[in-house]
Amino acid sequence: MEIINQMKLSFLSVPENEGFARVAVSAFAVQLNPTLDMLADIKTAVSEAVTNAIVHGYENQLGMVQIEAFLWENGVLELNVTDRGKGIPDIKKAMEPFFTTQPEKERSGMGFSVMQTFMDQVDVESKPGEGTCVRMRKRLRGAE
Amino acid sequence: MRHERKGSAVTAFITGELDHFSAQQVRRELDALIAQPGVKTLILDFGEMTFMDSSGIGVILGRYREMRSRGGSVCVRNMNAQVDKVFTLSGLRQVIQII
Repeated sequence: MEIINQMKLSFLSVPENEGFARVAVSAFAVQLNPTLDMLADIKTAVSEAVTNAIVHGYENQLGMVQIEAFLWENGVLELNVTDRGKGIPDIKKAMEPFFTTQPEKERSGMGFSVMQTFMDQVDVESKPGEGTCVRMRKRLRGAE
Repeated sequence: MRHERKGSAVTAFITGELDHFSAQQVRRELDALIAQPGVKTLILDFGEMTFMDSSGIGVILGRYREMRSRGGSVCVRNMNAQVDKVFTLSGLRQVIQII
């Protein structure tokens, strides 16, 4: 299977960039002619991953968030959202619905659940003190 | 944020995108509305809202808890499909009335 296009986006971990990131990724994904519903799903999943990097990875300190996007010839969009923040000590726990380390800030704890629902596949790699990479895949073309 | 007051109900019209970036401002404006004397029902109108992620769920849940603690309620209306999907996934349909 071959990659037909790819891009890399790097931006500062400020909340203003959440909207920029989801619009940039959805504009890139348009090349696979997804439906509007699929684009809305992608924007939502990207928003969750980037918000997690800003809020939890960097804890609102400044760092760089990177998004790599790949379009595969079989119609699959692959996204890697990476930060070099504090990392996640217990990934399984972090991915449980409604789990949040910041309930006092009205965080819903639904970020990973939204990503898992809106994308076909979500994998998380993280090392405490080194950062987190969220890998997401969604088929945009050729789905039965 | 545009709003309408009818009796004990106040309707807030959320516009644009509700994400982590905008959540703090929306939260502040909603809290000012429900702090008005005599408000028993907060109606969130999402007809002009183009995007919401789980940060919006946190805002809605927070206002729901606040209204419930004072014997009031929260309702929502005019959700688009994307917002409805996030809303449903979070389980908010079980506690918040859609009108």
